Amino acid sequence: MSENNIVLSIKGVNKTFGGLQALGDINLEIEEGKTHAIIGPNGAGKSTLLNVCIGRLVPDTGTVEFAGKNMIGMQPHDINHAGMVRVFQTPEIFPDLTVLQNVMVPALAKRDGIFKFNAFSSLSAENNIEEEAAQMLDDLGLGAIKTHQAGSMSRGDKRRLELCMGLIQHPRLLLLDEPTAGMARHDTNRTVELLKEIKERGMTKIIIEHDMHVVFSLADKISVLAQGRIIASGTPDEIRGNPKVQEAYLGGAEL
Amino acid sequence: MTTPAIRNDWAVMAIFTVAVLTAPLWLAPIGANYPDLLQKFAIFGIFAIGFNILFGLTGYLSFGHAVFLGVGSYTAVWSFKLLTMNVIPAVILGTVMGGVFAVLIGYVSLRRSGIYFSILTLAFAQMSYNLAYSVLTPITNGETGLQLTQQDPRILDGPAGEGLPSTTLFGLEMSGYSGFYFCAVMLILAFYISLRIFRSPFGLKLQAIKSNQTRMKYTGFNTKPYLLVAFVISGMFAGLAGSLMAVTDPLAGAERMQWTASGEVVLMTILGGTGTLIGPLLGVGIIKYFENIFSALNEATLHAFFSFMPDWLANVMVAISSQFVGEGWHLTLGVLFMLVVIFLPGGVMEGIRRMTAAVRNLSKQKPTELEPKEAEG
Repeated sequence: MSENNIVLSIKGVNKTFGGLQALGDINLEIEEGKTHAIIGPNGAGKSTLLNVCIGRLVPDTGTVEFAGKNMIGMQPHDINHAGMVRVFQTPEIFPDLTVLQNVMVPALAKRDGIFKFNAFSSLSAENNIEEEAAQMLDDLGLGAIKTHQAGSMSRGDKRRLELCMGLIQHPRLLLLDEPTAGMARHDTNRTVELLKEIKERGMTKIIIEHDMHVVFSLADKISVLAQGRIIASGTPDEIRGNPKVQEAYLGGAEL
Repeated sequence: MTTPAIRNDWAVMAIFTVAVLTAPLWLAPIGANYPDLLQKFAIFGIFAIGFNILFGLTGYLSFGHAVFLGVGSYTAVWSFKLLTMNVIPAVILGTVMGGVFAVLIGYVSLRRSGIYFSILTLAFAQMSYNLAYSVLTPITNGETGLQLTQQDPRILDGPAGEGLPSTTLFGLEMSGYSGFYFCAVMLILAFYISLRIFRSPFGLKLQAIKSNQTRMKYTGFNTKPYLLVAFVISGMFAGLAGSLMAVTDPLAGAERMQWTASGEVVLMTILGGTGTLIGPLLGVGIIKYFENIFSALNEATLHAFFSFMPDWLANVMVAISSQFVGEGWHLTLGVLFMLVVIFLPGGVMEGIRRMTAAVRNLSKQKPTELEPKEAEG
C-alpha cells in the first residue's frame, strides 16, 4: 500500500555460523518515522541482524535494502553516509579523546565525508562543529564533563556518549542496540524521554531492548525474534496479547 | 574561543624559533654547540617529527622509516651530480622522492595493522638496503657509497673548477654554521607543519583512528586514505632529513637504510614522548648528545672529573663510570631507555608533566592549609 514509506527492507536473510542458524529467513520492513523494536530472548539473533544491516556481517542469502539501495557488500563508511547509523551494545567510543572530541569526530564525518585532507585548517576555528557537539552533550546531560577523557567515564555515561555520537549525525535510520542496558533507573528514564523527543523530530529507529518498560513506551511496532526467526510482528497491543510470544519469550508469563 | 588557541600556537612557534636559532649559545655550556652536532640535532629532529606524525597520531609503528632517509640522501646526491650544487633542488627532490617511496611502501604495508604492519615496513626497509648494495649498484654505487666526482655533468652549474665543489645556497657555502642554519630553518618549517597537523581536524581524525579504528569506520570515515596520507607525510619528512644529510656532507651510503637507523628514530620518539609535539625532539637531543659527547669521554677526562675525591675512591669511580662512556655509551643509553620506559611510559615529556603538576600542587598547598574547603572546588 505505502511502499514509499519503507526505509529499510530486509528480505529473506539467512546467516549461519558453523552449524548454528543465527538468522533464518528474516523479512522485515521498517516504516519511515517509526520506532521499531526488536525483542527476543538472549541468543535470538538480534545483534546479528543489526550487524547484517550495517555491513559488519554479510548474510548467506537475502538482501538488505535501505532507501531503495542494496546495502549488502557495501563498506561500513558508505552505509554510514547513506544514513544508517548504529549505536553499539558495548560502548564503542574513542577512549583516548575527550568527551567533546568524541562527539566532534562524527560531526566532522557528517561534514567532511569519507575522506578530507584538512590538515592545515585549525580545529579551534571549527566553532560550528564544536558548538553543535557541546549542545548535544548538554542535551544528554554530559555537558559538565565534556573536557574529561572519554575512557575514564562510567559505563552508563559511555553509552550516553555513544548515543550523542549517533544522534549528531542526524541519521535517517538509527539502530540502537540496548541503549539503556547498564544504566541506572534515573538515566534510563532520561534516555527514554530523549528517544521520544527524537521520534517527534521524525528520526526512524530500530531498537533492541530487554527492558519492556522502555520497549512499550517507545515502540510503534514490535517484532519478536526467537531462535533466529521472527515469530510475531505487530503493534505493542497485538504483541502483548500474542500467546506465541508469551510462550517463546516469556515462558508463559503475563506481559 | 578561537583567538586564544591560535595566539597560543603563534607563541609556541615564536619560542621554538628563538630556541632553535639561539641553540649555538645555550648549548655551549654542555659542549654541544659545534655545527656538526647541531646539524645532527636539526636533521634527526625533522626525521623524528615526521615519524611522530605517523606513530604518534595514528599509532602505526613503522620499523622501516630509514628507507625514506636513504632515498632522500641518494636523490640529493644525484641532484648535486646531475643538476647543480645548489641545495634547493636537492632538498625538494629528496622530499618528493621520499614521498613517492612512501606511497609505494605505505600502500602495501597499510593493508595490515599492528605488528604485521611493523614487520612489512621492516621487510621493505631491509629489502631496499640489500638492493642498494647489490643490483642497484649503478644508482647507489654499492659499498663505496654515492659520491661527487670531477666528471659529474652538473648541467646547471657548467664545468667544475679545481677540486670537488661544495654544496651552496645560491653561492653561500653550506658548511659550518651556515649549514646548521639552513637545517634549522627546515626544522622550524617542519615543526610548524607538524603543529598545524596536530591542531587540525585531520589530526583529530588520525588520533581517533589510533584510539578506535573500528569505530572510525562505522562513524563514516574511510580510514585507509587517512593512514596513507599520514604515512606519506612522514615519509616526506624523512626524505627531507635524508637530503639534508647530503647537504651537510654530499655522499650517500646504504647503511643509512639499515634497520638500526629505523630503530633509532623509534627509540628517539618513545624516549622523548610519543604523540607530543616536543617529545621527539627531546629524544633526538638526548640520543645524539650521548652518541657524540659521552662517546668522546675517556678515562683521562673521568680522572679529571673525580679529582676532588681521595685517590682510591676516584679510581673506583672511574673504573665503574668508564664502562658507561667512550665505547660504552650504548650502555648508558640502554639503561636510560629502560628507566624511561619502565617509570615514564609517556617518555621525558611525561616526566616534565608530572614535575610541573607536582610543583603546582606544592604552590597550591599553602592556601589549602588555611581554607581546606575552598581548594576542593
